[in-house]
Amino acid sequence: MTPYRLAAGGLIDRRAHLSFTFDGKPLTGYAGDSLASALLANGRLLVGRSFKYHRPRGILTAGAAEPNALMTIGRDGRTEANTRATMQELYDGLEARSQSRWPSLAFDIGALNGLLSPFLGAGFYYKTFMWPAPLWEKLYEPFIRKAAGLGTAAHVADPDAYEKCWAHCDLLVIGAGPAGLAAALTAGRAGARVILVDEHAAAGGTLLSETARIGGLPAPAFVAQTMAELEALENVTILLRTTAVGWYDGQVFGAVERVQKHVRVPAAARPVERLWRIVAQKALLATGAEERPLVFGGNDIPGVMMAGAMRTYLNRYGVAPGRQVAIFTSNDSGYALAADLEAQGIVPEIIVDSRADASPSYAGKARIVTGAVVSDAQGGKALSAITVLRNGQTETVKVDALAMAGGFSPIIHLACHRGGKPQWSDAQSAFLAPGDLVGLDLAGAVATTAGIAACLAEGARTATALLEQMSFNATPATFGTVEGDIVSAPNPVPARPLWTVPGVRGKAFVDFQNDVHRGDLDLAVQEGYGHVELAKRYTTNGMATDQGKLSNVNAIGLLAEARGISPADVGTTTFRPFYTPVSFGALAGPHHGHDFQPVRRSPLHDWARRLGATFVETGLWYRSSFFPRVGETSWRESVDREVLNVRAHAGLCDVSMLGKIEICGHDAAEFLNRVYSNAFLKLPVGKARYGLMLREDGMIYDDGTTSRLSENHYVMTTTTAYAAGVMNHLEYCAQVLWPDLDVRLASSTDQWAQMAIAGPKARLILQTIVNEDLSNDAFPFLAAREVSLFGRALHGRLFRISFSGELAYELAVPAGYGESVAEALMEAGAPHGIQPYGVEALGVLRIEKGHVTHNEINGTATAADLGFGKMVSTTKPDFIGKAMVGRPGLVDPERAQLVGVLPLDPTTSFRTGSHILAQGAAATLENDQGYVTSSAYSPHVGSTIGLALVTRGAERHGEAVMIWNGIRNEFTPGRLCDPVFVDPGNEKLHV
Amino acid sequence: MASLVPCPHCGARPKEEFTIRGAALARPRADAEPAAWMDYVYLRDNPRGRYEEHWHHTAGCRRWLVVTRDTATHEIAASRDASLDTVGVKRTEGARS
Repeated sequence: MTPYRLAAGGLIDRRAHLSFTFDGKPLTGYAGDSLASALLANGRLLVGRSFKYHRPRGILTAGAAEPNALMTIGRDGRTEANTRATMQELYDGLEARSQSRWPSLAFDIGALNGLLSPFLGAGFYYKTFMWPAPLWEKLYEPFIRKAAGLGTAAHVADPDAYEKCWAHCDLLVIGAGPAGLAAALTAGRAGARVILVDEHAAAGGTLLSETARIGGLPAPAFVAQTMAELEALENVTILLRTTAVGWYDGQVFGAVERVQKHVRVPAAARPVERLWRIVAQKALLATGAEERPLVFGGNDIPGVMMAGAMRTYLNRYGVAPGRQVAIFTSNDSGYALAADLEAQGIVPEIIVDSRADASPSYAGKARIVTGAVVSDAQGGKALSAITVLRNGQTETVKVDALAMAGGFSPIIHLACHRGGKPQWSDAQSAFLAPGDLVGLDLAGAVATTAGIAACLAEGARTATALLEQMSFNATPATFGTVEGDIVSAPNPVPARPLWTVPGVRGKAFVDFQNDVHRGDLDLAVQEGYGHVELAKRYTTNGMATDQGKLSNVNAIGLLAEARGISPADVGTTTFRPFYTPVSFGALAGPHHGHDFQPVRRSPLHDWARRLGATFVETGLWYRSSFFPRVGETSWRESVDREVLNVRAHAGLCDVSMLGKIEICGHDAAEFLNRVYSNAFLKLPVGKARYGLMLREDGMIYDDGTTSRLSENHYVMTTTTAYAAGVMNHLEYCAQVLWPDLDVRLASSTDQWAQMAIAGPKARLILQTIVNEDLSNDAFPFLAAREVSLFGRALHGRLFRISFSGELAYELAVPAGYGESVAEALMEAGAPHGIQPYGVEALGVLRIEKGHVTHNEINGTATAADLGFGKMVSTTKPDFIGKAMVGRPGLVDPERAQLVGVLPLDPTTSFRTGSHILAQGAAATLENDQGYVTSSAYSPHVGSTIGLALVTRGAERHGEAVMIWNGIRNEFTPGRLCDPVFVDPGNEKLHV
Repeated sequence: MASLVPCPHCGARPKEEFTIRGAALARPRADAEPAAWMDYVYLRDNPRGRYEEHWHHTAGCRRWLVVTRDTATHEIAASRDASLDTVGVKRTEGARS
């Protein structure tokens, strides 16, 4: 027989039929069903195959800990693998597919693994597949991956939106069962800001599965009444379908809200999931307890289910587990199920109670056998019978459903997320939360409190105490009498742990999801892997999506018995966030695709775009790379033209993305003198100076020019890449190292549009819009002043500096005027042959002049390495890097130094990254003398040119070398040379 | 996931707004022994427990802070503006701890 829907009862809406499919087969359920309850109601016992042995598996739980009923939901980009059917709300059109089966659920070739099980025991990965080693990659690993399964991710983009948000409250209540509801009500009435989260779609927790009455109301009606009051309170926020997944420092809790995972087509305007970060002054953990399975042979056969889950299916969903039901219990809770079954006309075939002295307050008709165990269950794809063992005698009982009630484990995960260790309690046969929690309290079953009345009272009382700590006037909420709660009998016999069930013949599973059975744990102990952390890795117990929610405590109990010690001495593995799996979508939130990182566009971006620029991403910036013209067939053709045009006529390049920092204050000069390695105290007003910034270890950090605009006002430029880093560094120097200096810093990178105008015609062109005299006498090399433009319509900053080696200026204007000034310059320059040029041409021009960038300033280069030895002051009392720049290793004459490199044959070429070998030397690591840091085709030289860092490079100009590209196995005969390829006398700069 | 950092100027702010530099060490004098500089530049104690670090409120007030963080629990016990340490005079106005 199979499970079936009862004629009446449950919290489902029998008028609302929902259609869904399971492995393509159309089925129906009701609104209010979970996917699991709907499958059971349709008689679907077999819902999946196990991970390793591919054994048939059925639904085991009704909640978050489900290890078996993992399914793939949805299709295409909305495919969600490893969805727990017990947590998935049924919706119309839901498509569910079973996993870990091939070719089909009913006939699975992988089940042959069961016959191989002697070879697949604990540690089989490490034993079986070790040898021969070459087979691992090609044979073993692909085979294991295919066979092991679990769900498969979709390879198409998720079309839905995810978001992240913050929330703040006085009291966070985690779990809306009896304790949580009482706490939230107490706090809500006291006026505190309350957030109540619960992972299920409906609040109530176990109350929704209860037949007890509270204050005269059926438990679910009591929940509805309480929720109505909470919803009416403005200071209470209720987050359902929201799992609290972690407790972090600073009283921050992580929670995932499944906003639209219960609908077929999510509304586009809302996210499907929300990742909450909740900052709570105080938090109350009311997460309840997890029922433990019992470890007997065949305890994984479909039809074997947790007793509490069976109550939930019966009472909440109106689904009977079968017609002939047995109950195997080690505590009183199994009798609550018996009473519920009988109320539905199903008298249990037998109640097997492992306690010889059991005396439950049970008045039903079922036959009770005490001091007995179920040693084995029989059946293939469905349970058919059980073997009951008592006093050495066995009895076979035909059943189609079996409930396991192995006691309860408080769900203390969050309480352990910040490093506290769970404490074993012999009295409770359970691990309890760490005792020294600050900011988090526990109430209800998570604190081992049993019974509805006690949980309600404890929730109200604990909330009151927390509220009083926060200076609220709170009164514990009170509720009417609780009737019919079987667990609330006075002095319930405590659960007596039953770790090792005697007489077991079949496979007794401990971890259902990972197919770890009792024999595996015994083997781990025998082979010396009995420590809980080792046993976990050796057997895989407690791994994968459920992280041992059902299995860990049983595994610890069995390890304890096998080793002859207490569970307290075995201890637990570490509880880490997240409590349940969190989707990558929720973690990424909106930060994917175009929104993965911000985009920075220069104020001249649109100007460049109109001129047909090709853009390149550099960091967050989009820089104009080159400006192709009609008829040009390659980027090189465009770049060569731009380079030649700059040196022959003039070019305009957008350099707005260079970092710009305003430095003001009476001590600004002194400050600059300390952050740069070269002297800055005597820089005159109206002048720019090239500056070198070191790190404290003596290596170069960054370079750029700094100009003195007035007595106490400087503007510094940095490289594009290090703009933010230099700003942070300067702030560190100003605030931490030398707070006594009067200096103020402000980034103005975004405030200025800056353009380089370079080439012999640059002055001519600029003079058409600049009022001031730009003659070489009036505005010489390194002049830096504010100028007026277009009459006196606009003011800008003009710097006579050059990266290209040509007569060049950089003009900065307020960002909003950038485009019109660039257009005016292009118009004025047209008769003189001006053309725009991009960063590719800029790169060629600077390599031709031997100017370094971060290709050379690579964190391992000193100033002397790059030919800037004279820029490291020997007279300044202090500057960043001074103390360590003279270390022996940094002044070693064998160090790699900046040098130019050319191919001997101009028709041959080499690439950046190629290594330099002495002529005739073999291509080995030992013979490596350095490498090419920058290279480009120089239209002026007529060949590829490069800059390189080579051992003793500065004194080897003219030496023939071999340029070796080990990746492409290319050898190019070359020659070291002066790194300045064009105008070595710098005559063009000063015209 | 995130913890909150108490900025003495801005209040509790998410850690994503901050940049962590590392141990809050005093810079040796320029003429200090090489060993002192080696310690400052390269050597870190990496203790278990409370540790003073320099944090920059990069996406906030842009002040450098001394943050006392527990390396085992990440709990932040205190934070103060770093300039208070080296300026000689303990300025307390405007600084909430």
